[in-house]
Amino acid sequence: MQIIVNGIKQDLPSELSLLDLLKHLQISPKQIAIEINLTVINAEAYHTHTLNEGDQIEIISFMGGGAHAS
Amino acid sequence: MPVDTPLLIGEIEFRSRLIVGTGKYASFEETKKAVEASGADCVTVAVRRVNILDQSEENLLDYLDPKIYKILPNTAGCYTAEEAIRTARLARAAGVSDMVKLEVIGDKRTLFPDNEALLEATEVLAKEGFIVLPYTNDDPIMARKLVDAGAAVVMPLAAPIGSGLGIRNPYNIQIIMETISVPIIVDAGVGTASDAAIAMELGVDGILMNTAIAGAKNPIQMAEAMNLGTKAGRLAYLAGRIPRKLYAQASSPIEGMIE
Repeated sequence: MQIIVNGIKQDLPSELSLLDLLKHLQISPKQIAIEINLTVINAEAYHTHTLNEGDQIEIISFMGGGAHAS
Repeated sequence: MPVDTPLLIGEIEFRSRLIVGTGKYASFEETKKAVEASGADCVTVAVRRVNILDQSEENLLDYLDPKIYKILPNTAGCYTAEEAIRTARLARAAGVSDMVKLEVIGDKRTLFPDNEALLEATEVLAKEGFIVLPYTNDDPIMARKLVDAGAAVVMPLAAPIGSGLGIRNPYNIQIIMETISVPIIVDAGVGTASDAAIAMELGVDGILMNTAIAGAKNPIQMAEAMNLGTKAGRLAYLAGRIPRKLYAQASSPIEGMIE
């Protein structure tokens, strides 16, 4: 299965959950947010949400910034 | 003597009237020290992609604990209402705050806001329960429209972002204060501690800055100066300054002079 995470193509086995993806990428699910195909996924659904071929995923966190600073 | 009450935004109480940005510092360690010196209990942060190729990257919130600091995510870098709304929704999903410092930039060179798009985004996000803090021009009509659209505060610029030009139009800021009843936070444009004091002396409820501190030769020292400038200006506002007069008025008694 091919998906795109933060603009980067990823080849992964199918039937992965979002939580599996985070483990694979070694990203802590703390203080991040995830959007799949422009829909925000609640943190409670990370372990139940199954990824599909072609999914476009954005994983964000907070960085230093003030007013258009970064 | 007028006793000060804490700044309230929605139901949230602030210990400091200074809010600081977290961009442009040399390191997270320096960011943390500058925030501590500023006395601010609220910091604004940008929403950005996690680097999935380098998990060793440090996390800003490991340095600024959300249990200690109120986290104010911003939509800096957004040029359309859609981008800003999308960014705000993602920020809220991270679970640290319902507040959003809403920026919709209209132009790269001036970084002035696109007020039409800002108003649209404010309306959408306020309806979704966000506490919206919009960055806007020093325009009293726009301020009123933003409040009508559900903004929790209005944040007029003092001068262009990062310009350090100071409070360019104190009269408009005063008119905004008389026009709306939500808190007013001056956002952007201050250069040094006296600018913070001037803003606070006008009677605004708070001030937000980033570059003036992070860009100073010694950011930690400047953070303390801004802390004191903000407090001095607030105290002077509460104390009530003397009226300006054209001619001198002696401050020593004129009776009992030697002859």
